[in-house]
Amino acid sequence: MAVEPHPAAGERNHAHRFIAIWIVASLIATPLVVLLIGPIMPPGNGSTQASGHVTDNTVLIGMATPVLLLVLIYLIYAIVYFRAPKGGEAILEGPAVRGNSGVQSTWIVITSILVLALAVYGTVRLLEDGAGSGQGPSPAWPASGKKLPVQVIAQEWAFTYRYPTFGGVETDHLVLPVNQTAELHVTSLDVIHSFWAYQLGVKADANPNVDNVVFVKPTRTQTFEVRCAELCGIWHGFMSDHGRVVQPAVFEAWAREQQKRFAGTAKYLPPYSTKYVPEPARRAE
Amino acid sequence: MSVLAKKLLGIGVGVAVVAALIALYVATWATSAPPTVSAVGGQVVTGGAGAQLTLQTVAAIGPKYSTHPDWVSYLVLEKGKWVHSTVYKVPANSLVHVTILQYDGDSGLRNPFLSAVQGTTNGTETVDGKPIRGIDPEEASHTFVVPQLGIFIPLPGVPEEAKNQCEFAPCMLAQAHRTITFTIRTGKKGRYRWQCFVPCAAGWIDGFGGPMQTLGYMDGFLEVT
Repeated sequence: MAVEPHPAAGERNHAHRFIAIWIVASLIATPLVVLLIGPIMPPGNGSTQASGHVTDNTVLIGMATPVLLLVLIYLIYAIVYFRAPKGGEAILEGPAVRGNSGVQSTWIVITSILVLALAVYGTVRLLEDGAGSGQGPSPAWPASGKKLPVQVIAQEWAFTYRYPTFGGVETDHLVLPVNQTAELHVTSLDVIHSFWAYQLGVKADANPNVDNVVFVKPTRTQTFEVRCAELCGIWHGFMSDHGRVVQPAVFEAWAREQQKRFAGTAKYLPPYSTKYVPEPARRAE
Repeated sequence: MSVLAKKLLGIGVGVAVVAALIALYVATWATSAPPTVSAVGGQVVTGGAGAQLTLQTVAAIGPKYSTHPDWVSYLVLEKGKWVHSTVYKVPANSLVHVTILQYDGDSGLRNPFLSAVQGTTNGTETVDGKPIRGIDPEEASHTFVVPQLGIFIPLPGVPEEAKNQCEFAPCMLAQAHRTITFTIRTGKKGRYRWQCFVPCAAGWIDGFGGPMQTLGYMDGFLEVT
């Protein structure tokens, strides 16, 4: 039995109308998303690297907005215009679209542009400063200017920190001066961990016998969260800590105070090294 | 009922039974925890008094307390009896006096920094009656560390040459041991995990397997209530 085509299906201006709606909606929504949601994107602006992540996330959400609108508007448009009329005949699907080179080419070109643009953008961002990620023992993109070296030592299940420019003193909290680049040397004494200072936009693997260098420049005084981001055993979920970014004078005083406080332990610490292979590795049976 | 239907029913029942057994095993494992033991005198205090928590560390828990008799462990004194638990309830905003009878030999710390005493009321612990601010990390047998509260207590080991050493729990005062005491002031209510940092799990890689990865042996919780 022949079924009458849906009245709306025959209209020839659906594609133009839909594209027009999508373009207008995208032109309105994308700037709004970038301007209103962009500034509150994670992880905040605690450091130069974290601000970079905010920018990256804003770029991503800005590019994703038209894509999201394309899907949503198409869905809504179809529901409105192609729904079955009340009490009317069922709508049959039209003929399958096969070999439409125009549709295929457009799809391939647009998606390729999007993906390649993001790849280029990501590469450029990475080349700028390493984007707060670990760069291994020989950083490809070292930060310029004066740097404060700090060692991050992971072990099951806590982080400790050494300051080689303050006599190699070791502490159980990470404190950094504001507006000064820190050169973090991340390593582990046992299994694989991952040092993640969320608000600073820093994440670097902590591997035993490896010096993983990451740069970060905090841009405001703050308290930040430190977590292990690599499943490392029963207490992995508790391997967290809070660090502080303070004024340089406060940092200097704090570091000197740590030297005094842990003077008794200093004699037992191994000489500062970018990595350690501590004993005992295994207790006797 | 056809033969095929009977077969399908049998398979279905078998799968259901196996699934139930797996679920029961996982649920039992996931919900098992050592008993919570309260410190004696667990009341909020403002003066010099406080709660008392008495622990002992042993090289092997022994068959009386565990299905892993050779695992290193902590025990806690409750009403005059040693209980195998690492979950301790202590009062909030209070002084807690802790005594640890340490019966194990030394292993050494992998990170010497952890040999410093931190977080006690006077910055020291006493070892056999002598107040100290830290120990030689190579002499460490265990640590009692509550990272969230900044409490770091290194426990020196019993000398290798000591006579009458305890083989497994419960160990007696007449046997070779070190007595470590310290006092902490608890803050707000909460559940804080504690752990040993010495790689004391005999025979495991990095000394951090088995009893170091199982709640109830070398790690647990301080329940501040």
